[in-house]
Order: sequence, then structure tokens, then C-alpha cells
Amino acid sequence: MVGVKTTTSMDKTETEQNVASTELPHVQLEKSPMPESGILLGWLRQMLLIREFEVRTMQAYQNRLIGGFCHVYIGQEAVAVGSIAAVNPDDPVVLAYRCHGHALARGMDPKHCMAEMFGRIGGCAKGKGGSMHMFDAPHHLYGGHGIVGAQTPLGTGLAFATKYEDEVLQDGKSSHVTLCYLGDGAINQGAFYEAMNLAGLYDLPVIFVLENNRYSMGTAIERGTTMANELHTKSEAHGINHAIVDGKDVVSMYQSFKSIADWCREESRPFFVEAQTYRYKGHSMSDPRKYRTREEETREEELDCIDRLEKLLCDEHGLTRDGIKQMSRQVKTQVREAVEWAKKSPETPMDELYKDVYVDHWGLFTGTSKPQMMQGEDE
Amino acid sequence: MSERIIEYRDALCEAMSEEMRDDKKVFLLGEEVAQYNGAYKISKGMLDEFGPRRVIDTPISESGFSGMAIGAAMRGLRPIVEFMSWSFSLVAADPILNNAAKMLYMSGGQFGCPIVFRGNDGAGGQLGSTHSWCVESLYANVPGLKMAIPYDAYDAKGMLKTAIRDDNPVFFLESERLLSTTGHVPVEEYTVPFGQALVRRQGTDCTIISFGRPLHFCQEAAEELAKEGIACEIIDGRTIRPLDIDTMVASVRKTNTCVVVDQSWSFASVGSEIASQIHRYCFDDLDNFVHRVHSDDVPTPYASNLEQAYLPNTRKICEAVRAATYNS
Ligand SMILES: Cc1ncc(C[n+]2csc(CCOP(=O)(O)OP(=O)(O)O)c2C)c(N)n1
Ligand SMILES: [Mg+2]
Repeated sequence: MVGVKTTTSMDKTETEQNVASTELPHVQLEKSPMPESGILLGWLRQMLLIREFEVRTMQAYQNRLIGGFCHVYIGQEAVAVGSIAAVNPDDPVVLAYRCHGHALARGMDPKHCMAEMFGRIGGCAKGKGGSMHMFDAPHHLYGGHGIVGAQTPLGTGLAFATKYEDEVLQDGKSSHVTLCYLGDGAINQGAFYEAMNLAGLYDLPVIFVLENNRYSMGTAIERGTTMANELHTKSEAHGINHAIVDGKDVVSMYQSFKSIADWCREESRPFFVEAQTYRYKGHSMSDPRKYRTREEETREEELDCIDRLEKLLCDEHGLTRDGIKQMSRQVKTQVREAVEWAKKSPETPMDELYKDVYVDHWGLFTGTSKPQMMQGEDE
Repeated sequence: MSERIIEYRDALCEAMSEEMRDDKKVFLLGEEVAQYNGAYKISKGMLDEFGPRRVIDTPISESGFSGMAIGAAMRGLRPIVEFMSWSFSLVAADPILNNAAKMLYMSGGQFGCPIVFRGNDGAGGQLGSTHSWCVESLYANVPGLKMAIPYDAYDAKGMLKTAIRDDNPVFFLESERLLSTTGHVPVEEYTVPFGQALVRRQGTDCTIISFGRPLHFCQEAAEELAKEGIACEIIDGRTIRPLDIDTMVASVRKTNTCVVVDQSWSFASVGSEIASQIHRYCFDDLDNFVHRVHSDDVPTPYASNLEQAYLPNTRKICEAVRAATYNS
């Protein structure tokens, strides 16, 4: 088993903060190389897509097309995009309720994501899950989950399954890695510690991605968590290696995650990554954000992940302002079309109320039916 | 008594604040209860009045802070634990069911647990499968706890005061959908005792028994049925443990028909328990078997149309009453 170097805030250097290299006794993780322009452009497009999607989500909520609890991802786009880009399409992903961005980054068509929130048959879960529960089997997305922390043992379980499949069923070497996201509020749930202990104990290849946006609802992290500035101590206690990554820098996210994911895959071991980020909007749709200052928000928004990638692409990869505008226009059109599609998608028919309760036909229940996104009947 | 109309949520706040003024052993803890003034603004102003040692913000650690409060209650403190939603109490199922409810019994009467767990219960409106729990049937199965469900502002205050003064663990189930409703709440001190059902409407043809938010639909149904010449008597059970079966039986002996409206699922539920007791005690009085209205036997769907169809509603209650009274 790989031991963990104990870091304290005092010996945490500038480089360690920014470069996110992780010192382990047996392995020194290097950031993986900078990808080529085409890939960077793809990430920019994804982040623009998520932001535009979330803006339209908020509008739709205001227009009462969406109900219940709804949490948008604006500000945190680089976390999902950079980390998901670093794993394979068949690696499992599981997370909490702030899940639209991850679903899109994972490849869900925005129209199915929007239709889910509209409660329509075209939604990824046929309108039965809602905003907090994006599930996408073809893209190996095992759901957004509403109970804070509940997804963390599931992440451990998904990693258990891939390892079991690879080693026991295929008689080969464990070759997958699971991404399991959680918020800074979720680290206070007991379930998370049990999930980490099990992952450490059974050598399971799961990366716990802590999206530290510094608030859980109205509670600033230091008001709810001990060692708030040294969260890695929580994983160290379970023998799990850690890294701290700038979650507002998609390139850095990718470079760190690529080497971490490769290491987890190779070693079949868990990892804990703190991605430092910020949610620009309120917790949900009804949050006046009285617990923080507008100055703090402005300061945080100055380090915007999209601005930073745009700048990098313009300065070093020959992207022009016109190029960006064109991309924004395309993304706006794509999201507008998704909204229109979702509006036209029929209300979920009443017989769906009784479907999917059991797998088998049983009494009143009439079995299951595939969501449209899995039927190839998208139009 | 002077006439004063306030919101259900403010009635809850008054009950907690008055009891905290009277008894320093009472304190409030939960997520966002202090600085945020409560996720649903129920504890508004309480941090200012009582300070951070008695109005305590917790991390999202339901199992931990429930257990902590139970430990404190074992020493005679009187915690009020706010669950943002009873849906989240499932994370704390072990402490609240195993420790709070059984402590007295397991210790042979040595350690009690004077604690109140309170929060929103039931579907709040498109909150989906995990956030729409009606825990009453699930938890009512467990001996050692009391369970109260106030329907209006008057009961919210009076019953919460009773709950806080009770030496047993009380599960206090509020409804997000009722928080903004208003009602008469006297300035003068009062409490509402547990185990006393309230006849909210008198009638001779059919007894409707319910708790909490569905009573609203029962009343709508009664209005509609009155136009058809069916006079319903509505009984608000108020507490599930203890259950005032006597008031219910007396009513059914008069009307000879009964409909139970329970927002939880039907299988092994509060509704099935009440129906069973009515069948037993009113065996010779009943003109028909007890009819029941529940949420459909499926997880709560998100889509608005499905959720509407799933929940108990006025139409379903009317149909049940018509069927029970042979008017369909
Ligand atoms: C067990 C449980 N308790 C409480 C809640 C209510 N709740 C929903 S989100 C949230 C805050 C979580 O914050 P964090 O984990 O930091 O994630 P973020 O919202 O910042 O993405 C709370 C308290 C819940 N959903 N589940
Ligand atoms: Mg957070």
C-alpha cells in the first residue's frame, strides 16, 4: 500500500498549490502534458455550453417550466470538464444534485437534460427524476443524487464493481477508474468516511473529487468543518493520497486528473482531490446570498474559468475574438434548440407513474420502458 | 382571548422561543437554523435572542448531530433538532429510532430522552423521489416515540409547546406547504395536549380521518360532497402516537362509514392501522369497509402531472367517500 506524505499548510509550497503535483513516497506524479489546441477548443465549447445551458435553466425556472429544487453549476464548469476529459468514456461517474454540468460534459445531449427538468417524456429519466437526478447509462453516468453524501459510498461501489469485473469476471487487471464528486458540505457526512475507508481498505480505484466552492447553502466551509484549510487530512486518515487543484483552470484540472487517473488505474488505489472553485449563483433558485459579500463574488468571478481559457487560446493558440463569438453563437443556438425541443416533448404519460418500480411485470406494474435518448428516436 | 392571525411558521417560532425563555435546558440545533435564520425561516430572530450557544448551526451530519442531541437529552437537556426535511432524517435513522425511542426501555427506566425532532414532512412540490418522504408510516411503527402532525397555526404552536415539555422523544412533522398558511393564535399562553383528535367539521354521513396537510383536501372534498347531499365529518387525528381512536370510533358509530386519508404509502401504514382498529371497534356499526386514500404505491415522481396523480387529492377523496357511502 502506498503511504501518504503528511503535508501541513506550512510546508505546502506555492508550486504544490498551483501545480497540484502530489508527493507520494513511492511515486511523484507529474502533470500530464498540455494538450493540443483542438482539444482546448473542445473544452472551451463545453464550458460555454454548460454556462449557457445553466443561464437558460434559470430562465426556465423563473418561467415555471422547471419545478422543485434546482441547482446551477455556473462558475464551476472547469471542474467537470477538466476531470471528465481525463478519464475514459466507459469509466463510471457519480455525483450529487448539482449535476447538469457533469451530464453535459459527459456527453448527454442538452435536450434530454432540459426535458428532464421540464418533466417531459424526452428527459433522460423520462421526467421522473428531475433536476437533481441526471442519469445516463450510455455515458456511464450513475446519477446525480439528492441526499448529501449519499453518492460517496456509491462511488466506492462503482469502483468495486469495475475492479471485480476486470479481475474476477475477465480474469485480467483492474483497468477502470471511477469519478465520484462531492461538495464541501458533503465531507461532513459520516457516509463519506465509511466510503473512503472501504476504498482504502479494498484498494478501489475511485477518485473522490471534492468540489470545494467554499459554501454549503449558507454555511461557509470553516463554519461546518474542522481543518477546513487542510482537507487532505481527512483522506490521509484513510491512507488515501491527495492533491489540491485549481478548479478554475480547466487545463490544470485536466493535467492533474490525467496523471492521477492513470495512477489510480495502474495501482488500483483511491485518490482524494480538492478542486478549489466557487459557485457564482445562489445555492438553489431561492437564495439571496446574504452570507457572503458582493466584493467576494466579484473577486472570485475575476478568475473565471472560461475567460482564462479564452485568453490562453487567444494568446498562445491563435484563436481570435471573432472565433470566440462564433463559438458562443453556435452554443447559444444549440441550447435554444434544446429548450425548444424540451418544450415540444410531450408530458410524461400517466402510465409511466407505475413503470420502473420493479424490473419484472408484476400485478399493477407494467415493467419498464427505455428513455427516448436510448431508443434512437430523438426527433 | 384576543384575535391574532399569524403564519404557521411564526407560530412554530413562538413556541420554541417561549419554551427557551422558560427553560434554559431547551436549545435548538440543525442545518442553517442560526445565521441563515432557518432554511424555511422558522427560527428567524432566534440566534439574535438566544445566542450561538443555544441556537446552533450544524454541519450536514444528520446522524452525528441527532446522536449528539440524544446524548445530551440522556443527561436531561431538552434539545430541539430541526431536520431541514424529514427526508434527511433517514440518514439518522439509527440514532432516532434505536437510541431515542428505545433508551428508556433498554436502560430499565434510567435514561429517558426528552427531545423533539422536527421538520418538513411530505411532498413539497416536484422535489422528486428522495426529497418527498412522508415518514409517518415508516416511523410510527416504532414504540417509544410520540408523533405529532399539526395542521394549522394554532395547533403548530400549542402542540410544539407540548412536544418540548414532553419527557419522551417526539417526532414533530410539519409541512412546507403549510408554513405560510395563517390562522388564529392567541397571545395568551396555551398548549394543545397529545392524544386528543379534533373534529374539524361535523357531519352525519361519512367520517373522514386524516392528519396534517391532506386535511386541506379533505375539507375541499367535504364542500364538494355537501353539494351532493353527503355530509362529511372530518377528524384531524393530530397525533399518531398516541392515537385518539376513541374520537374516531365515536364518529364512525354515528356515520357508519369511514374514509382514512393518509399521505404515506398504503402498505403497512398509519392508514391501514386506523382502518384495522375501526374495523375492530366498529364491526357492528359499519355499512361498508373502511376506504383509504394514500399516495400511489410507487416512488414520488418529479413530473408535475405524475406527482399530482400520485398524491392524495380532492378528487380521490370524493371518489372514496362516494364509494364508501354507496353513492357512486
Ligand atoms: C442528508 C441531507 N441533508 C441536507 C440536505 C439539504 N441540502 C441540500 S444541498 C445542501 C448543501 C450542500 O453543500 P455542498 O456539499 O457544499 O454542495 P454545493 O451545494 O456547494 O454544490 C444541503 C444542506 C440534503 N439534501 N441531504
Ligand atoms: Mg459547496
